[in-house]
Amino acid sequence: MTIATEKNKVQLKSIGFSDRAYGRSVEENKIKIVVEDFNFFYGKTHALKNINMKIRSNAVVGIIGPSGCGKSTFLRCFNRMNDTINNIRYQGDISVDGNNIFDKDLDVVDLRRNVGMVFQKSNPFPKSIFENVAYGLKINGINDKDFIQERVEKSLKDAALWSEIKDRLNESAFSLSGGQQQRLCIARALAVEPEILLLDEPASALDPIATGKIEELIHELKKKYTIVIVTHNMQQAARVSDYTAFFMLGELVEYDFTNKIFTNPLKKITEDYVTGRFG
Amino acid sequence: MMKRYLDDELKQLNINILKMAAMVEEAIHRSVEALRKQDKKEALSVIKNDQKIDDMEVAIEEEVIDLFALFQPLACDLRFITTGMHINTELERIADLTVNISQRVLDLADQPLVKPVNDIDKLANQAKVMVKNSIDSFVNRDQELAKEVIFSDKESNRLRTSIIRELIDDYMMKDSSSIPKAVPLLLVARDLERICDHAASIAEDVIYMIQAKVIKHHRELL
Repeated sequence: MTIATEKNKVQLKSIGFSDRAYGRSVEENKIKIVVEDFNFFYGKTHALKNINMKIRSNAVVGIIGPSGCGKSTFLRCFNRMNDTINNIRYQGDISVDGNNIFDKDLDVVDLRRNVGMVFQKSNPFPKSIFENVAYGLKINGINDKDFIQERVEKSLKDAALWSEIKDRLNESAFSLSGGQQQRLCIARALAVEPEILLLDEPASALDPIATGKIEELIHELKKKYTIVIVTHNMQQAARVSDYTAFFMLGELVEYDFTNKIFTNPLKKITEDYVTGRFG
Repeated sequence: MMKRYLDDELKQLNINILKMAAMVEEAIHRSVEALRKQDKKEALSVIKNDQKIDDMEVAIEEEVIDLFALFQPLACDLRFITTGMHINTELERIADLTVNISQRVLDLADQPLVKPVNDIDKLANQAKVMVKNSIDSFVNRDQELAKEVIFSDKESNRLRTSIIRELIDDYMMKDSSSIPKAVPLLLVARDLERICDHAASIAEDVIYMIQAKVIKHHRELL
């Protein structure tokens, strides 16, 4: 294993070398999300402390850190899911495509349509497979059956589920396996065509085969979406993400290319965490 | 700091690499002594002993593969294990070169040496010191010593070239009947210099282990 030095990365790129951080489309240079001086409080508890980070378009960013470090809280900020919790407070800004998501005039429903989320435990609605994916479209006022049919198929294909369930669309979503249910939830999130996908431990309840499928899916989805994934599984972060952010006690300790974090992190505390010396 | 099961495994890998290094250092010493004393028995013993080093190499390689499969090491652990794996390979190649030297001893047996082997001795010492220092730099995580090994590789090149030049100009060109006796010495010089190259490669791996900087083929980065 060799890690290219900064100097020869330029040369390697010119001869077609491509690692996870290099050789991707020009789009990658576009910044999708900017977090500036962001602080978050649960009552008196200061859960996120002065976070600054930028997330590129079509990148996968893995968020790692010990339990209680604030990584899920941070993830839920991107689509303001924390707004549903009492007694929370935040300072600082998060913008998506240059628009502040805390702007008073911003429609939170629109934001959540644009920033889809998938949770640790799959949570399909007690409806058919088809209805689960069509649900978001219908509540957004779309009634065109052909359009819905087309979008459901496309979303299920994008979620790598179509070939497995195309003959059972009217069966209950609960008839699917755990891994299939999770991909159904991803399809449901994709149906309303978000630009950003937030994944909170999406594979932690799945067996290795189903986990592998979700990881393959993430790899495919990043061509179209910007993805932020919270994971406790270090190897998973290493496998799926282009950039990794390490959180500790509410602070963003280190944020860098994933290969850098897992081979040569800048800070000792990051190294201690990724090598399992504490956690 | 949490005690990790992996730490015991890494300690064991370290011990095994040191054992391998000790066997290889001994092989260098014995092959050079065999040449100096024209000791056929010693040369044969070095050749025979190479099997043990080969077995050790395979054992360490299997150990490393297990560590990757079972622990998925990261960061400093990953760098230590990959470095250990490279060092293992380099050491085995050094051992193969000591076999080559021993075979040259057998070629030259029972006939007087074409020239005194003082300068070959000097190159052999250089090789021994470089191998020892490269392993010490690994054990002690000593990047300054590793750099010293890398820089001293130039001297080994110089010594080899001077030996080869002398053998060609002063013996082979002047008296073609000396060629059968000169060529084995020329090959020994080449093999000793290659041992120095492998020691320098080990030192480069040590720099990677410490600094996560790949200087292979880019010594100007040092």
